[in-house]
Amino acid sequence: MLDGRGAIRRRAGARLWLSGGWLLLLVTVALFAPLVAPQDPLAQDLMSGRLPPFWSAQAEPGFWLGTDSLGRDVLSRVIWGARVALTVACIAGPLTALIGGALGLIAGFYRGWADRIISRLVDIWMAFPPVLFSILLIAVLGTGLTSIILAIVVIDWTRFARVVRAEAMNQGAMDYVAAAQVAGFSRLRTMTAEILPNVLPTLVALLSLEMGIAVIVEAILSFVNLSLSTDAPTWGGMIAEGRTSIHQAWWVLAFPLVALFLTVLSFSQFGEGLKDRFDPVLR
Amino acid sequence: MSALLDIRNLSVALKGGPRLLRSVSLSVAAGEVRGLVGESGAGKSMIGKALLGILPRSVEVVEGQILLDGDDLLGLPPAERRRRIGQRAALIPQDPLTALNPAHRVGPQITDRLVDILGWPRARAEARALDLLAEVHIPDPGRVMKSYPHELSGGMRQRILIASAFAAEPALIVADEPTTALDVTVQKQILRLIAEMQARHHTALLFVTHDLGVVSKVCQTLSVLYAGKVVEETTVRDFFRAPGHPYSAALLAATPKYTDPDGSLTPVPEAVIAAVRAEVEAAETEWQHGRR
Amino acid sequence: MLFLQRLLWRLATTAVTLFGVAVIVFTVVRVVPGNPIAMMLPPGATDADVARLKALYGLDRSIPQQFLIWGWGVLHGDFGTSISLRQPVLGLVLGRLPATLELATMALVMAVLMGGAAALTATRHRGTRVEAGIDVTNGVALSIPDFLWGLLLIIIFGVLMPVFDISGRVSPDLKLPFTTQFYLVESILRLRFDITADLLGHMFMPALALAIPLAAIIGQVLKQSLKETMELDYVTLARTKGYGETRVILREALRNAILPTLTLVGVQFTFLIGGTVIVERLFSYEGLGNMAIDAVINRDLPLIQGIVLCFALIFTGVNLVVDLTYAALNPRLRHA
Repeated sequence: MLDGRGAIRRRAGARLWLSGGWLLLLVTVALFAPLVAPQDPLAQDLMSGRLPPFWSAQAEPGFWLGTDSLGRDVLSRVIWGARVALTVACIAGPLTALIGGALGLIAGFYRGWADRIISRLVDIWMAFPPVLFSILLIAVLGTGLTSIILAIVVIDWTRFARVVRAEAMNQGAMDYVAAAQVAGFSRLRTMTAEILPNVLPTLVALLSLEMGIAVIVEAILSFVNLSLSTDAPTWGGMIAEGRTSIHQAWWVLAFPLVALFLTVLSFSQFGEGLKDRFDPVLR
Repeated sequence: MSALLDIRNLSVALKGGPRLLRSVSLSVAAGEVRGLVGESGAGKSMIGKALLGILPRSVEVVEGQILLDGDDLLGLPPAERRRRIGQRAALIPQDPLTALNPAHRVGPQITDRLVDILGWPRARAEARALDLLAEVHIPDPGRVMKSYPHELSGGMRQRILIASAFAAEPALIVADEPTTALDVTVQKQILRLIAEMQARHHTALLFVTHDLGVVSKVCQTLSVLYAGKVVEETTVRDFFRAPGHPYSAALLAATPKYTDPDGSLTPVPEAVIAAVRAEVEAAETEWQHGRR
Repeated sequence: MLFLQRLLWRLATTAVTLFGVAVIVFTVVRVVPGNPIAMMLPPGATDADVARLKALYGLDRSIPQQFLIWGWGVLHGDFGTSISLRQPVLGLVLGRLPATLELATMALVMAVLMGGAAALTATRHRGTRVEAGIDVTNGVALSIPDFLWGLLLIIIFGVLMPVFDISGRVSPDLKLPFTTQFYLVESILRLRFDITADLLGHMFMPALALAIPLAAIIGQVLKQSLKETMELDYVTLARTKGYGETRVILREALRNAILPTLTLVGVQFTFLIGGTVIVERLFSYEGLGNMAIDAVINRDLPLIQGIVLCFALIFTGVNLVVDLTYAALNPRLRHA
């Protein structure tokens, strides 16, 4: 038993360090993008279009990861793209968690008509294909950072509401909640003081996951050309551009994809790692 | 006479941990009914599990031999060992409510071993199962064969499990506390049924129980286990007349008598427990030294 | 009796859900700023032309009025006419639906096979490095959504080792003598295996991209369920009967372990279908999702409504089927 528990802890530790390390690197690079990026991400140079990455013989110094068809530096665009990705993740994630979590908590704890309405809404939301829903919303709201964030919140609150509702129901059935009620605490106080702390580990893991999803949604919207202006350096936009010239310049697609891949993986693994660390049962 | 089952110096331990069975030796002759008694945690179920190859994953055999028909089971390759056990031995489990697969009908759960392991034609296996269900006094065996376990009562299910254990005419059956999970009223019937089936089929029986009353009714011989060690091996008649080991005597004194349920109850004296524990600990130290 | 009650209740909630979806999508698309009529007309059209077209598509009325007209039509099988393609919406949707259904079904089959194999292998070798390796692989597969898997597959099998086609549903030079849109099914039925192979070649990567996350979920949940089942008494009893470990897993544990997995897989399958929207776009696969994105870009209101409703119908339908299958497979419920 001891052995097994130790193994879980060790794996959780490695997971936390690796994913946390990548996210930290990303945040640093995004914050200091103007200093770190070797080139202007928007500067076009049609004469040096589709330059290959540094290990190739045709590579040019200064363009480490090559250039796209318009001669823009891939590395610099990936770095500036991290800004957009992280901005969306850091605003949309917590906002979604807040709204979805609150609705879930209310539904799971107060039950009754509140639960009935919220659950029905969740059902309706779950019947929408989320990608199509987000594209539709962007079409309504117009492109731009605010619209993307709003679309993510409007679509993904159900993820939190569902999980938190179930968790709150489980916790609500426990004796300590009954004890708090008997002790004369108000329902609101019981909810925030007794139930919320117990739902928190799940909520944190879910939040981290949601931040990764937000990055993906932004990339998908950029990919179908509905995110920011086509010029702006976003990973999704680069991927869309790279997809069309994939046989001529695969690196335009590959590098933002790697960045996206590692970021999404890190967010989800970071969340899982945190949850394992804070799970009182495992600890 | 060579024994049907001969366990020699069997030690079983938690992986990387303490021993649960300490050099246990035990033999069962063909047709013999041996009781295996001891308090909970004494390791009596472990012996049956080791013999049937169903030890928990956290537990391993660290020394010893288990000879069935003269062949060491532990020396056989795993697949062959399982086949041999399936052909020659069987288990009557403790809890009939969880020992039948809820997804399968009752019939196949009796005939599966006959068809898959012994290679009988299905029709013959089904005829055999019907006979067995009649033997364990189940009314309307044809209908029961087609039932799902959850449609039957606990007593019925234990009868089915007994029938299933005897299906392949095994030489040895391990009964692991087969009545503990049942209602008191059903317990007696099941006990009588096991004795009846044993007598009819002349199967050797290793009867694991903590209940000396049960032993006195069903068994001919018994082994007393304490802390993973056999402290006494004797016949039932001798045991009840004059237990040889102080722990056995104490155990017997702690068992209620039917003539005087309350009066004669004496808890096992501390001194006896201490003495047995010292004995076990001495053996353990010796074993640890031998290992190093 | 219980089963019938359950069926009726589920049908009622499904109807409510579908109505809610219809209301929301109808309202949302009406506030789209882009003017679909303006996009249809040649430059230099007069205001009178615009008004005439608006009246033609019923866009000159109030939103509740429009909804009633549309709802009445839907109940009679009339989903309106696509503004950008100028064809009945129902025909367009039904024309594209088979492609998406074939893709999603293929992905589901792949996911079940991969996830099932992973779970069974991990259970067979539980407590070893094999299980640990499968766990880590599952964890990664689960964290990455279908969109990224699709891109990764494009790079690996489209560019670095070009084995599969990376765009379209079928090679354009192939003549298809088919009467339905279920190309894959029909090509098999007509024994045109050359076309089947071409279709599978196109379908492989998008289906795999959709399948990987679902496979990981199936692998994880089924493994957990199997491991718990393997500790139960009836499994132990089966071991004493002489069965090998693999046989015990397949014969005794699998059937009981599948049941709890099923509900979850149902919900996850709807996510997979939702994923077809972007994955079809990625691989230029001519399915419903791809058409949906075009419809949004063109502000084609009737088409958007039709497609969203179609997806909602599939989602709720899948959930309904899963729920009823669960009830039918569980011997306890079946005989209750």
